[in-house]
Parts: sequence; structure tokens; C-alpha cells
Amino acid sequence: MTISGSTLVALAAAGTPTGTATGTGEAVLFWLLAPIAVLASLGMLFSKKAVHSALLLALTMLCLAAFYLAQDAPFLGVVQVVVYTGAVMMLFLFVLMLVGVDSSDSLVETLRGQRIAAIVAALGFGALLVFSIGDVVVSNAGLATANADGNVQGLAALIFSRYVFAFEVTSALLITAALGAMVLAHRERIERPLNQRQLSEQRFRGGVHPAPLPGPGVYARHNAVDTPALLPDGQPADVSVSRVLLARGDVRKAPGADVVVRDASEIERPGDDQ
Amino acid sequence: MPLLMPVVLACLLFAVGIFGVLARRNAILVLMSVELMLNAVNLNLVAFDVYLRDQLLAGQTFTLFVITIAAAEVGLGLAIVLLVYRNRETAQLDDLHQLREDDPGPPDVRDDTRETAAR
Repeated sequence: MTISGSTLVALAAAGTPTGTATGTGEAVLFWLLAPIAVLASLGMLFSKKAVHSALLLALTMLCLAAFYLAQDAPFLGVVQVVVYTGAVMMLFLFVLMLVGVDSSDSLVETLRGQRIAAIVAALGFGALLVFSIGDVVVSNAGLATANADGNVQGLAALIFSRYVFAFEVTSALLITAALGAMVLAHRERIERPLNQRQLSEQRFRGGVHPAPLPGPGVYARHNAVDTPALLPDGQPADVSVSRVLLARGDVRKAPGADVVVRDASEIERPGDDQ
Repeated sequence: MPLLMPVVLACLLFAVGIFGVLARRNAILVLMSVELMLNAVNLNLVAFDVYLRDQLLAGQTFTLFVITIAAAEVGLGLAIVLLVYRNRETAQLDDLHQLREDDPGPPDVRDDTRETAAR
């Protein structure tokens, strides 16, 4: 039968025609997890810190994995957890750490009306999806027959018989992607590495801080990694606090000192100029 | 589970992903939004597979392929982001405008004015 967008609602409310496994447990799970998934994805959009975005996206993917498990697709649920939440999101976090945690996204618009246009495009595409999905032709076969020998066996029988060519092509694609990532991320070393004497000379000629940086303060209120140490003349030593804490604005005032560093760019650090 | 719930959820997630691709400017966050869109598609595939009681499990197989391709895509995309960051020291898409032209006008007109100025 062919159904339109409006009748999709009625059809779904009536439940599946033959009605095998639409238990209330699934509905409860859905109403529990679907708002979490949507809220987490919205949080991914609007959180300023990129790491929070990545973690919220991982939460969304975990919710989807629970859906797969509830919908008679246990193999896909496990793959979703292992591949997406495990591998892909950790790769994202890894690259975020490499690129710099303190590189937050600016929320200032440079193109005028970009956000409004994006909202309109997203809503329009969502409506398009709903109405085009409403036009599908629905007919039922038997999932129970397909899952008769177990979900994994059913998937394997299909992958290794009908879709075996696509499966092999996928392996070629994966190898190509691995090679491409290696070629892209590889950096050729074109200078000789400096030996210890040259490194030492470079460090002292630079002249900013040949010695190690001062440690953070040890005042007893906290464990005080965020409190700058005091120099012998009573001034706070701003270089003693981590640069990440400075960028996040989490630095506390040193006891007995009035100066609080607000901006990471105010401090000249050795090694920043390289 | 009725078909409507997963489908509506997938539409919402896909729309959120589209908004993210269009509005965010950090290249990594744009890639994450693309991942969100792929996940919405996967949810649709699985939901319809279950709803239609697909005798061949085609929806789940396609989901498996989509997950594989997404993994390959993330690997390559993040390698490109790393390369861009190493060369330009930024991952903000707005700062990558070296190929942009500064609206020079039609080239033949410009050449004419330059020639007349030289004379």
C-alpha cells in the first residue's frame, strides 16, 4: 500500500499490522532514550567547548545503540558501541586534543543570517524527509525467518552471499582510506635532527627561560594547581600555571597578591615562539 | 515499536546534523555533525528493516556497510584536518579562504583599464 505523510501518523499509532513485538518495554525505552538522544545532539550543537560536543555525540550514539539492541538487531548494537562510540569518537577526541582543546568555536556570525538560513534549511529538510518517508510502499516479509538461525548468522549469510562483492570492495575502501590517512598525515623529515649540544645552545641563546618553569603554588586551600606561585619578591609567577587553565579562565588569585592574569596572551612563555 | 517513533527521531537527528554542518565553523565539529547525520540514516535503516520484517536483513547489512564507510571517512577527514592545522595553524573553516577572490570584477575590463593607465 502507498501511504501519505498524514496517514503515516495514523498507521504508526495503530501499530504494526501483524503486530509481533511492540511491547510496552520498547515504548518505555524509546520515550526514555529518545529525548536524551535529541537533547544530547542539541547540546553537541550549542556547547562552546569542542570536547563537550564530542562527549555528547558519543552519548547520542550510545542511545542509538540501545535502540538497535531493543529492535532485534543485537549485532548492530554492539558494532555501534564498538566502532562508533569506541573507535570513531575516540579518534575525534584524539584529534581535538592534537588540534588544541582551547580552540573553542566562535559563536559570532561572520556571514549575516547564516544561522537563520541554517535553521530554515534544517527544518525544510526534516519536513521533506517526513513527507518522503510517508510515501513508501509497505509490505511485510518475515524477520523471524531471517533471524531464525540468530541475528549474526543471518547477517553473515547475506554479506557472504548476495553482497559479497560489496563486502570485498569495502575492504579495498578501508585499505585505501588507511593508506590515504597515512600519506596525508605523514611528514617528511628534511633537516637533520639536532644533537644534544645544539639543543642546549639553542635553549640558552633563546634566553627567555633556560631553567624549568616554577611550579604552581602550594597553598592549602586546594591542591592549588590553579594558583600561581609567589616569587621571592611577593609577585605571583604567572608562568607557573598551566596554559590550559589560563585559557579556560580558571586561575585563582595568589594569596597576598592583587594581580590576576586574565588572558593567556599576556604571558610570554618560552617555547611559544617556535 | 511503532515505525513513527524511530523515524521521527531520525528526522530530528538528521535536521540537527544539517544545522551543525551549516552553522558550526570548526572543521572537527562539522565532521561530527556529518557523523550524526549518518547515524540518523542508520537508525532509519534499522527501523524499516524491523518494521518490514525483512526476510533478508538487507537494512541491517546496509547499516553495517554505512558504519564501515563512515569509519573510513572519519579517518581520512581527520587526517585532512590535521594536515590543514599543521599548514595553517587553524581548523576554523572561516580562516581557510586562500582561494577566495577579492571580487576583482570582469577580467577583460580590468585589463583594459590597466592598459589605458599604462599609456
